[in-house]
Amino acid sequence: MVREPLIRLEGVCFGYDPARPVLDHATLTLAAGERVALVGDNGSGKTTLLHLVVGLLKPAAGTVWAFGRERRIERDFTEVRARAGLLFQDPDDQLFCPTVLEDVAFGPLNLGRRPAEARAIAEATLADLGLGDFGARITHRLSGGEKRLVTLATVLAMQPDVLLLDEPTVGLDERSLRRLTELLEARPQAMLIVSHDGAFRERLATRVASLREGRINDACP
Amino acid sequence: MNAGDSAEGWAAGDVRFRMLSDTTLDPRTRLLAAVAFAIVVTALHDRAALAVALAMAAAAVLVAGVPARMLLRRVLALDGLMLVVLATLPFTVPGEPLASVAGLSASREGLGQAMAIAVKANAVLLMLLALLSRVLAPALGHALGRLGAPPALVHLLLFTVRYLDVLTAELARLRRAMTARGFRPRTDRHTWRSLGWLVGMLMVRSFERAERVLAAMKCRGFDGRFRSLDDDTRLAAADAVFGCGAIVLLTGLLWLEAGW
Repeated sequence: MVREPLIRLEGVCFGYDPARPVLDHATLTLAAGERVALVGDNGSGKTTLLHLVVGLLKPAAGTVWAFGRERRIERDFTEVRARAGLLFQDPDDQLFCPTVLEDVAFGPLNLGRRPAEARAIAEATLADLGLGDFGARITHRLSGGEKRLVTLATVLAMQPDVLLLDEPTVGLDERSLRRLTELLEARPQAMLIVSHDGAFRERLATRVASLREGRINDACP
Repeated sequence: MNAGDSAEGWAAGDVRFRMLSDTTLDPRTRLLAAVAFAIVVTALHDRAALAVALAMAAAAVLVAGVPARMLLRRVLALDGLMLVVLATLPFTVPGEPLASVAGLSASREGLGQAMAIAVKANAVLLMLLALLSRVLAPALGHALGRLGAPPALVHLLLFTVRYLDVLTAELARLRRAMTARGFRPRTDRHTWRSLGWLVGMLMVRSFERAERVLAAMKCRGFDGRFRSLDDDTRLAAADAVFGCGAIVLLTGLLWLEAGW
């Protein structure tokens, strides 16, 4: 069975410093229903790769395909960002509104929802994650684990088809980790997961791709 | 967690958040009224009019129930400055001599002007506290935006509120790391250089943080315009009544100023 890939990076090259390329003709495919774990050493370009998918960085060479189209310019990526939700490493980068409800509603509002609709979506998303009473909480006063779950809510509120998770388990205690794992397991979205946590990968991933010296060794072409 | 003194009234404390839901007036109404009051009071010269304005502001503070501690702290901070004005202006404004200290003479005109400035400043401060001290900074930011303030300023206000704590924590972390390696501030080259690096590092980190925040916002569809859940709240009857009342009172002040 050949599935139409949701996302495909093809021969992508990228380097912050031209003398030391981070990605060197890297190729990776993510299809519907897959949960791909991306592994590699510190600084091997895992975060860079996620940022290339949503167009926060642009490749020096190679192509980014997403949702049936090649994506080149900033405007192409507006749709990609709405359909591929990126969870950042540091929740403090992602939560910038004063209250949780406002933060979760930020994405839907940007997608053109009316305030009343956005509020309803935000409340439903929070309830779905078991955070129903979090709406009025102040974002910078949440605990680390709470911040992580709320950032997940902010991404899910945009109803994405794909989740891009950048070290989602860092700094979580046992209970928060278990909760996050269960929540993610129950999600239908395809996922690209960057994590150093072996047990977490084991539990979630359907496939592992490893990034080494700028290239990706993908178990499946 | 304590947000620190400078952030008091800005930090969105849980208690304050609850207070906000009790308030009936739209932040935009409060802002406009406060600005109008400030403009009118600044233009006044007549002593009776100034006295009435100060009385109005004091009454507003009582009605609004501004916490006594906050009131006292703000008023003292302002009046410390006003004492300087009161002490210096009479000596620098020419006019009918009133008294002389160490060969310098104080003028009646100077004293009058200094008093007027002190009364105006206090009246405006009291009215600002009465109208705006219970509005959360984010709500204030959105209100400014909806009143047509430049988006850049509104964003600056909103982000300052959100990231003040993060930056303070970052600074504290760096300071602790320095202390842990035996750093004690002295007045020598090593100290100045180390403090310079501390400030520099804080700026670099803030800049990088800002880039990451912007990236995260773009990922959620941010296109330069801040949308808010309050974007479709409408002004209510209370705002209309309050607005009309404010216009009547301010016109009254100007009428007093014009000399009946």
